[in-house]
Amino acid sequence: MDKSRIAIIDGNEAAAYIAYKTNEVCAIYPITPSSPMGEWADEWSAAGRRNIWGTVPLVVEMQSEGGAAGAVHGALQTGALTTTFTASQGLLLMIPNMYKIAGELTPTVFHVSARSLACQALSIFGDHSDVMAVRQTGFALLASASVQEVMDMALIAQASTLRARVPFLHFFDGFRTSHEVAKIEMISEDQIRALIPDDLVLERRRRAMTPDRPVLRGTAQNPDVYFQGREAVNPFYAHTPAVVQGVMDEFAKVVGRSYHLFDYYGAPNAERVIVLMGSGAETAMDTAEYLTRRLGEKVGVVVVRLYRPFDGAAFVARLPKTVRAIAVLDRTKEPGSAGEPLYLDVVAAVHEAVAAGTMARETAPTIVGGRYGLSSKEFTPAMVKAVFDELQKTSPKNHFTIGIHDDVSHTSLEYDPHFITESDRTIRAMFFGLGADGTVGANKNSIKIIGEETDLYAQGYFVYDSKKAGSRTVSHLRFGPEPLRAPYLIQSANFIGCHQFIFLEQVDVLKYAKPGATFLLNSSPYAPEEVWDHLPRKVQEQIISKNIRLFAMDGSRVALAAGMGSRVNTIMQTCFFAISGVLPREEAIEKIKQAIKKTYGRKGEEIVRKNFQAVDMTLENLKEIPVPATATSTREIPPVVPDEAPAFVKEVLAPIMAGEGDDLPVSKMPADGTFPTGTTRWEKRNISLFVPVWDEQECIQCGHCTLVCPHACIRAKKYPANALVGAPPTFKSVEWKDKNEPGLRYTIQVSVEDCTGCGLCVEVCPKKSKTRVGHKAVNMAEKEPIWEAEKANWAFFLRLPDGDRGALDLSSIKDIQFAQPLFEFSGACTGCGETPYVKILSQLFGDRALIANATGCSSIYGGNLPTTPWTVNAAGRGPAWSNSLFEDNAEFGFGFRLTLDKHREFACELLLQLQSQIGESLVRELIEAPQRTEAELAAQRARVRTLKEKLAALRTPAARHLEAIADHLVRKSVWIVGGDGWAYDIGYGGLDHVLASGRNVNVLVLDTEVYSNTGGQASKSTPRAAVAKFAASGKPFGKKDLGMMAMCYGNVYVARISLGANPRQALKAFLEAEAYDGPSLIIAYSHCIAHGINMQKGFDQQKAAVNSGHWLLFRYNPDLGAQGGNPLTIDSKPPSIPLKDYVYAETRYKMLTLSKPDEAARLLELAEADVQRRWKLYQQWLNQPEAAPATAG
Amino acid sequence: MDLRTTYLGLNLRNPIVPSSSPLSQRLDDIRQLEDAGAPAVVMFSIFEEQIRHDAEALEHLLTAGTDSFAEALSYFPDVGSYKVGTEKYLELISSAKAAVDIPIIGSINGISPEGWTDYAMEIERAGASALELNAYYIATDPDRSGAEIEQMYVDVVRAVKNAVRIPVAMKLSPFFSSTAHMARRLAEAGADGLVMFNRFYQPDFDLDEMEVRSDLNLSTPQEMRLPLRWIAILHGRVSCSLAATTGVHSGRDAAKYLLAGADAVMTCSALLKNGIGHLRVMLRELEEWMASKEYTSVVEMKGAMSQKNVANPAAFERANYIKILEEYKGRYTTV
Repeated sequence: MDKSRIAIIDGNEAAAYIAYKTNEVCAIYPITPSSPMGEWADEWSAAGRRNIWGTVPLVVEMQSEGGAAGAVHGALQTGALTTTFTASQGLLLMIPNMYKIAGELTPTVFHVSARSLACQALSIFGDHSDVMAVRQTGFALLASASVQEVMDMALIAQASTLRARVPFLHFFDGFRTSHEVAKIEMISEDQIRALIPDDLVLERRRRAMTPDRPVLRGTAQNPDVYFQGREAVNPFYAHTPAVVQGVMDEFAKVVGRSYHLFDYYGAPNAERVIVLMGSGAETAMDTAEYLTRRLGEKVGVVVVRLYRPFDGAAFVARLPKTVRAIAVLDRTKEPGSAGEPLYLDVVAAVHEAVAAGTMARETAPTIVGGRYGLSSKEFTPAMVKAVFDELQKTSPKNHFTIGIHDDVSHTSLEYDPHFITESDRTIRAMFFGLGADGTVGANKNSIKIIGEETDLYAQGYFVYDSKKAGSRTVSHLRFGPEPLRAPYLIQSANFIGCHQFIFLEQVDVLKYAKPGATFLLNSSPYAPEEVWDHLPRKVQEQIISKNIRLFAMDGSRVALAAGMGSRVNTIMQTCFFAISGVLPREEAIEKIKQAIKKTYGRKGEEIVRKNFQAVDMTLENLKEIPVPATATSTREIPPVVPDEAPAFVKEVLAPIMAGEGDDLPVSKMPADGTFPTGTTRWEKRNISLFVPVWDEQECIQCGHCTLVCPHACIRAKKYPANALVGAPPTFKSVEWKDKNEPGLRYTIQVSVEDCTGCGLCVEVCPKKSKTRVGHKAVNMAEKEPIWEAEKANWAFFLRLPDGDRGALDLSSIKDIQFAQPLFEFSGACTGCGETPYVKILSQLFGDRALIANATGCSSIYGGNLPTTPWTVNAAGRGPAWSNSLFEDNAEFGFGFRLTLDKHREFACELLLQLQSQIGESLVRELIEAPQRTEAELAAQRARVRTLKEKLAALRTPAARHLEAIADHLVRKSVWIVGGDGWAYDIGYGGLDHVLASGRNVNVLVLDTEVYSNTGGQASKSTPRAAVAKFAASGKPFGKKDLGMMAMCYGNVYVARISLGANPRQALKAFLEAEAYDGPSLIIAYSHCIAHGINMQKGFDQQKAAVNSGHWLLFRYNPDLGAQGGNPLTIDSKPPSIPLKDYVYAETRYKMLTLSKPDEAARLLELAEADVQRRWKLYQQWLNQPEAAPATAG
Repeated sequence: MDLRTTYLGLNLRNPIVPSSSPLSQRLDDIRQLEDAGAPAVVMFSIFEEQIRHDAEALEHLLTAGTDSFAEALSYFPDVGSYKVGTEKYLELISSAKAAVDIPIIGSINGISPEGWTDYAMEIERAGASALELNAYYIATDPDRSGAEIEQMYVDVVRAVKNAVRIPVAMKLSPFFSSTAHMARRLAEAGADGLVMFNRFYQPDFDLDEMEVRSDLNLSTPQEMRLPLRWIAILHGRVSCSLAATTGVHSGRDAAKYLLAGADAVMTCSALLKNGIGHLRVMLRELEEWMASKEYTSVVEMKGAMSQKNVANPAAFERANYIKILEEYKGRYTTV
C-alpha cells in the first residue's frame, strides 16, 4: 500500500469518491443503505470540491428514485456526465428509465449498495435481490467484493461505460460493504484521469441533444421495425466484456491491482469450485485458501466481476480443467424459477461450452445452485466449507440453502459453526455499547488511529438493533498484518468490551470470546473491586472456563466526573488501547488525543478539554480483577419473556429479542409475513434509569400526562372502589373528582419497565405544588428503588376494569385518558413527537381501524421485528396494520376503502336477499342505523352478532357469503399514515389522487419537516432557513403548504394540528376528520430528534412553532360549507413571538448561524416574511369564504 | 465646544460611549454608532460560561441519536466548521477595527482564571484597543467570605493585566461592604479604569405560571443615583479612570455624571429604545447644557460636583431620608 494514499473509509464513501470525481451531475433520492453516497456528494459539492475537470458537480435531491432516474436520463441526454446512487425499492423505481438509458446506449454508472426487496417483509439489509431485478434492463452489472474493490470497480465501470456506451450498474453488498470501514488505498486524481481520457468525454458531448444540431431520440416504432431496432444494439453488448477487460488491464498498469471478468482463486487443480459475487466472494476465497493450504483440499472459487453482459466463454475459460463439481451461490431468491439467476447463467455457459465443443461432455462438471446471505444473513467460512463438502457427494443437493435451518422444504445444508479460519495474527475486538454512549464513534476513531499509525490492516463493522430509543450496538473490529478478507461478524474475539453492565443480563456477551481473551467491563454502577460478585453466574463461569482476563472500569462514574455525561466512549477506548497493546501505551494516548482534537475541535475547545480530561482520568481507574477458581454468583440471567407469554412470543419473538434469531428454523416463520399484534408488552426493555412518579395528592386529574406520553407508559383509570381488593401495598388511588360520578376511584400508573424517561409527562403537567412550585403532580425519580413495587402495581392496574367507553366524551382531554391506547411501548425515539398522535388515533378509532402505513419511522417503530406496539383491547379488537411501500401508501389505504365500500354494498345486497329469513327490522337497522357514536357502534356490533347467529342456522351460499363479510356492516375507519417524505414528496402524486377521489379515507401526516428515518434529508416540507442534508446551507425555499393545496379541492377535510400547542383542537380535528364522509387530511406537527432539540422540550417547541406563526393551526370542514357556514376555522392566534425565538431554539436552524451567519440572517428575514404572508393569506380566505373553492354539495 | 476626554488612556472625541450591549453585535450598527458620534464602542460581553455551554450543547444536539440506528447514522449534514467559542466575536472585533476609526473595547465575563486571561489575549490579538472585565458574579455560597470574593476580583485584574498590554477596565457590582476601598484595591492591582456599575438580571416571579423569570429591563434615569454617588465619591481618590453607566438617557444625564467626575459616560438603554441616532441628540443636549452653563470643555466640568468639590460633601454619605429632613429646614435659614 502506498502510505501516502491510505484512507480509512467505508464502501459508500469509496464509491461516492469516484462517482463525484468523474461526473458533473448527480440526482439522487435517499434510501438505506445508499443514502450516505448522495450525502457525501452533497457535502463535497457544498464545500466546493471539484471533479477531475476542475468543476464542482451539481447534486440534486429529487422527490423519488423514479424522479432521480428521470432527471439522470435528461441530464445524460443533454450531455452531462451524470450518476446516481440507490438501492432496493429505489432501484426498482428506476427500472423504466434504465431500459430507456440502455436502449439509447447512454453511458452512465449507477452505484448501488445492494439490498433486499420488500416481499413478506421489508429489510434494509444486503443481498442481490435488487440488482438481480434489473439484470434484464440492458445495464452492464459490475460487482465489488470489498471496500477497496468498490473504489476500483467504480472507476473501472466509469471508464468502461464511456468506451462501451453501455450503461453500468456498479454494485456492492449493502451494509456489509457499504458500511464496512476499511483501510484502503485511494486512487489519485491523476490515476483517474489516466483511465478517463478527455476524448471519451468529448465524444460523449457530441451525442448530446442540442437545438444547434437537432436530432430526435425517443421515437415510437411499429411492428415493422421495432424488433430490428432492438437488435441493433447487439454489437455494443458483444463488445462490452472485451472493453471491460481492456480497462481492467489498463487499470492494473496504472493502479497496480489486477482484475478479470472472472477471477479464480484456490488450487490450480481444484475439483470443486464455488461461483459467486459480492462480499461473500472474499469469505469463499479466504476459506478456499485455508482448505487448500492447510488441508490440501482441491477447491477453488470463481469470483464474478462482470455479471452482465455475461461472457460465458470467459467464465468457462477461467474454470480449472480439473473441475468436477460446481456450486453456484446466489444472494437472492427467485421463487418459482428453474434456479437463481447466476446459477442459470453458469448452467447455460457450461452447456453452451459443451455444445460448442470447448468443454468435453464427459468431463463437464455437475452444477448445483444454492442461496445464501439474504438480508445480510451471515456467510461464514463454516458455510463455505459445508458447500465444498456437499460438492464431494456423488449427487450434491441442488437448489440448496446455506446459513439457515430449513425444516420445511429441507433445502439447507448442515454446517459446523466451530469451523473458524480467523488468523492468530489478527486482533479481533468486539464492543457492546449503547447508541447513546458513543461506542461506535470511538471505535471508528480507533480504526483510524490504528489504520493510519501502523502497518496493520484495519476493518470495522457495526451492528445496530432496530430500536430508536436505547438501542444497542455491537462493534466488530479487526486489525492484522495481512489483508482482512473477513466480511462477516467476529466469531472468535480476543478482546471483548462491554460498555454497559446491564448487557450481561440481556445478551451473551462472552459467547464469542476466544479462550484466553481479554474482557473489559464498564462495571458501573459497581466499583471494579466489587464487580465480580455482581456478575451473573453464567458470566463468571464463562470467564473461568475460557480463562479470560477481566479488566473493570467504573466508566460511568468517571464519565460523569469528567463532565462527559453518559458518554463512556472515550474512557472505554482509552482502556482498550491501554490493555490491548496494539500501540505502545504512551503513543496510543497521544493518538487518542489527536483524534479527539480532530473529531471535536470544530465544535469548540470545551468538548476537547473534557475528553482530554476523561482520557487522563481513565488509566488510574482501570483495574484488573483477579478471577477466582470457581463461580460463586447466585445471580441467574432472567428469562427473556415471562412464562405467561403466548407460545408464539416465547418460541419465535423471544429468541429474536435475545439476539438468537439466526437460530430460528424456517418452520417458525410465518410464510406470508403475518404476525400477531400486541407484542411489545412482552419486551420489557428497562432503558431508563429515571421514571415518572405520580403524586396523587397534587394531581388535578386532567389527563395531560397520559395524552402526551409517546410510549403510552403513563395511563389513567377510574373504577369502583371495590376493584381495589387485592391491590399491592404501594398502589396509589384517590377519589375521582367528578361530582357526576361520585364514589369512583382514580389512578395514574406508570409502566416503569417500558418508560424511556423522556420527561414529557412532567413537562406538560400543569399542577405545581403550592408549597414547592418545582414539584408537580408527576415528577421524575430514580427507578431502581421503586422498580419491583411498580412492576406489581402496573400488573394490578392492567387488571382494573376499563369502564364504559360509550360514556366517554372523546373530544375531551379529561375523558380520553380513559380510552385504552391500542399503540404502546414502541421502539420510537425517547420523547418522539409522532407517536402521541398515533396513540390518539388508536385510542379514538383503534378498535375499528385499518391502517396503511408508509415506510418510514412510523413503519419501523410500528412494525420492525421482534415486536409491534399495535395491540388489541379486551374484546380482542384493535388496529389492523400493514405497510406496503413508501411511495404507494395513499393508494394502498385507498384500496382498503374500496374493499370496505364494496363489501358493505354486497353485504347489504345479501341482507335484502335474505330479508325474509333474517327479519325485516333487523335488516333495516343493519343497513340504516346511524353509527356515529360509540353507543351506536356498540349497538351495530350487537346487531351483527344477532345476524351471525341467525345466519348460522341458514344453509344457503348467500348466508355463508354474508357471514364472511358481515363485520363490514360495522363502520370501519381507514387511516393512511406516513411522514412528510411520503406525503410531500414520493407519495404526493398518489396522495393527491386519493384526496381527489372523494372516498372516505383519513390521512395522517406526521410532519417532522425532514426525512427522519433515513437521517435528516430535506423534504419539500422542510422550512426555509432550516439546515438538512441536501440543504446544508439552509433550505432556500419555503415549505410547501400541503394543507392549502388540499383545501383547494373544496371537498377534502383538512386540519393542521399541534398537540403541544392546542391538544383540544387536535382531538377535535381527529374526530371531525373521521366523521367526515369523504377524504380527510390531518397534518400534525411532530417534533423530532432530527430538529436538534432537547426532546423533553418538544411540546414547548410545538407551542413556539404555533405562537411564532410558523405552524398555523386550522380546520377546513366541507360539511360546514355545505351547511352554508364558513368551512375554514383558524385555530391560531396572530403570531405573538418573533420567529427567531422559535427557530433558534432548534439546532437545525441555529447551526446555520454558526456556519454561515450572513446566510442565516438572510433566510431568517425571508422566513419571517413567509409567516406574515401566510397569516394574511389564511385571513383572506377566512374572511372571503366565497373566494374559496366550492365545497362538497 | 470641546467635548474631548481621556478614558483608559484613550483620547476620546466626546465622553458618551455606547456601553456593552447588543448594539455592538453587528458591524453595520458599529459603523452607525461611529457615524452618530460615538467616541468608542464597548463590545457586548462574551460569557465564558455561555461559550462552554453553547459548545457542549452544539456537540450534544448535533450528535444525539447518531450511530444508534442503521438507517440514520447521523441527522445533520457535516457542514465543515462552526464559528463556535470566541471566533465570531474576535472576527467582529477585527472587522470593526478595520471599519471604524474609534477605539473598540472588548468585554469579557469569565468563570475560570484561564478563561479570563485566554479570552483577554485573544481579544487583544484581534485588535481591541482596550478591555472591559465584566465581573458578573453573584456570591451565593454562604461559605465564601466577602474577603475571598474581593480577592478574586483583584486576582482577575492582576492576571489579565499580566497577560495583555492594552488598558483594562473593570466593570463592578455596587455590592461591596466598602466600595471605595475595593475601588482603590482594584486600581492598585493595575486596573486602568472602573466602570460603575454592572446591572444584574434580577429574578422576577410570573404569578400566572408560578415560575421564576429572569430578564433585564432597560434602565431608567432614576437608576443613575447609585453610580452618581460613587463616581462623585471616588473622583480624585483613585488613580484610574472612572466610567459611569446606568440611566443615561439624555445629554443632561451625561452632564450629571461628568460633573460627578466620570471620565466617560456609558449609555445603552436610551439607544436601544430610541435608536442609534439618539446619540446625536444626547450630544447636542450635552453641548446645549454646557453652553447654558458657560462651560467650554468637558475637562472643565469633570468632577465639578464630586464629593471633594461640592459645598455639602456629607450629602453623598447620608441616606436619603436624612437628606429630606435636612432640606426641610432650609439650607440657609438660621431659624
